[in-house]
Amino acid sequence: MKERLKESGKEKFLHILEKNSVPILFTVISLIGIPLSGYSLSYLGQEIVVRIARNSFLIIALLVPIMAGMGLNFGMTLGAMAGQIGLIFMADWGIVGIPGIILAMIISTPISAFLGWLCGKILNMAKGREMVTSYIIGFFINGVYQLIVLYGMGSVIPIKNQALILPRGYGIRNTVNLISIRKVLDNLLALRIGTISIPVATLIIIGLLCLFIVWFRKTKLGQDMRAVGQDMEVSRAAGIRVEHTRIVSVIISTILAGYGMILYLQNIGTLNTYNSHMQIGMFSIAALLVGGATVNRASIGNVFLGVTLFHLMFIVSPTAGKNLIGEAQLGEYFRVFVSYGVITLALILYEMRKRRDVERSGRLLAQQQKSEEV
Amino acid sequence: MNKITNFIRSFGWPRIIITLFLLSLFIIAPFVGVKVSTSLSDTIVRFGMNGIMVLAMVPMIHSGCGLNFGLPLGIIAGLLGGTLAIEFNFVGPVSFLMAIIFATPFALILGWGYGKLLNRVKGGEMMIATYVGFSSVAFMCIMWLLLPYRHPTMVWGYAGKGLRTTISTEGYYWGVLSDFLKFRIGENFLFPTGMILFFAFIALLVWAFFHTKRGTAMTAVGSNRVFARASGIDIDKVRTLSVMMSTWLGAIGILVYQQSFGFIQLYMGPFFMALPAISAILIGGASVNKATIMNVVVGTFLFQGILTMTPSVMNSMIHTDMSEVIRIVVSNGMILYALTRKSEASR
Repeated sequence: MKERLKESGKEKFLHILEKNSVPILFTVISLIGIPLSGYSLSYLGQEIVVRIARNSFLIIALLVPIMAGMGLNFGMTLGAMAGQIGLIFMADWGIVGIPGIILAMIISTPISAFLGWLCGKILNMAKGREMVTSYIIGFFINGVYQLIVLYGMGSVIPIKNQALILPRGYGIRNTVNLISIRKVLDNLLALRIGTISIPVATLIIIGLLCLFIVWFRKTKLGQDMRAVGQDMEVSRAAGIRVEHTRIVSVIISTILAGYGMILYLQNIGTLNTYNSHMQIGMFSIAALLVGGATVNRASIGNVFLGVTLFHLMFIVSPTAGKNLIGEAQLGEYFRVFVSYGVITLALILYEMRKRRDVERSGRLLAQQQKSEEV
Repeated sequence: MNKITNFIRSFGWPRIIITLFLLSLFIIAPFVGVKVSTSLSDTIVRFGMNGIMVLAMVPMIHSGCGLNFGLPLGIIAGLLGGTLAIEFNFVGPVSFLMAIIFATPFALILGWGYGKLLNRVKGGEMMIATYVGFSSVAFMCIMWLLLPYRHPTMVWGYAGKGLRTTISTEGYYWGVLSDFLKFRIGENFLFPTGMILFFAFIALLVWAFFHTKRGTAMTAVGSNRVFARASGIDIDKVRTLSVMMSTWLGAIGILVYQQSFGFIQLYMGPFFMALPAISAILIGGASVNKATIMNVVVGTFLFQGILTMTPSVMNSMIHTDMSEVIRIVVSNGMILYALTRKSEASR
């Protein structure tokens, strides 16, 4: 007489609802916000397509460390900084168009690799606290970046193009004009459907990256990473070089973040030398979490769902806030609040779920043992 | 030789480097035309301004909740207290007292909620604390626009509603503590006695608390949770108490800061304010789970010393203002160092 251990259908439904609470919440916010803001669907559609093409590469870069159990890689700002340095040199040497982008990517690669290696090494020294540590590493390396870009360039590092330099004679200006590469990749194969212009070339590159990730998961290195992400000690016992694998995951993530930043900036067309990289980390992570990813599980589907929902909220909030309460500023603050709030919520849910899953599996196991006794 | 190596290991290389750096700045100062007396005076003033916020880190470190990245929550309680004191037109020392009285219930309620949240997420407190801090600052940005403040010095002139970004405390509680019993030595050295006395008073309260039964229980919870539970201590309650204390100290801390600084900074002002306090206490020798009042004093002095000395000395020396970058590298480097340690604090 074996009892079938099973949660009731209702419990299962609640479980699914809770697991996907963040995307559901955001869909609700968007559904309320869109009519309030008064934007037309075609305008929103165009904006979303542009943002998917612009941001997805960066967000996909976050998938690798999550696979390896390192949590949310706030250190992707390091890759963003490397990409920016690549672009500064490209702008200095005056290379334009697609070759310019490729050059920037080539320059950023060794810098990203080094920064990623450094980040990985530090994270290995702070096991269990990876997320806070990568967060602080981002700030720390930002200081070093400023040291190099604000003081080193133009003085110790030779910069030919005087237009890039601040009036005082050294240090890069706050904004660097990237008109030489603006939208070159996007316009390479632009397709028009109705009123919406789709940057096909960029989307192809993103598609290739997705294929790469899918393939990578199946390689030995990818499998090793997933094992390390599941349980470090078991992987170590199985002979996997745990520390080395973790460092490699951060290096890959940083290099991809570097390329992603270059793609992002080629769409925007201006480099905000001292600010872009700090914000991009936060927004990319928020977008990934909105798509339903958690600190230890994220898929490509989360990336695209997240970009869409997060950026819908982003576009719609200021105007919706203005129409609702009469203050546009309110919408701006609302947007900031929701971005941080969603990360907070995701982190809290992750910790609570970790605890609850342990409790739940224990309870199911106890039920099973009890039913076996009968 | 052994004694020296032991001292170095217990003191920690980063602290030694930072102390030597600060000493060298003080030594170079007169040679480049920076008056040591002014610098020392400035450092002491900044020490008083920031001391209590650094002290706010101690309860949570003791109870095992890690570094209080969520200090902005306490700062918000303090901001609410300060703005309410001005709204109801209290002036002078009474204003400061009323600000504390108004801030306290907010601090205790916010601290209680925050503590309950941290109890649910044991193990991941630091990251969540950071983002709770950020979210609450962002949320309050919305609130500062909407709350029904009416006082003319605080609201935007044109519409008459919504608070300004910075509000002057002049005429209210500016200088209330700093000017109390202040004395001058010579022309450049001004000692803000009142503020330092207040800091000493609060530090004494905290020290005394940790020698009571409750306080020792808190330390036990942070050192060894299993032992604490076996001794019959209610861990969750103690942790919540530590968070409430920390939040209240944060509120007092920002009020002391404002009375010296002269301005109340709303909106995104408190956003990054946890990081300097965290670096200060880590520079003072604390670790993620052990901190003493000595760490607070030494750390705040060293950190604020570097912040004061670097701009003036470096500016005069190499005619470049690298202070911002050095501040970023030093403070974040210190936090990184602490996060990668597994061992206990020193001294």
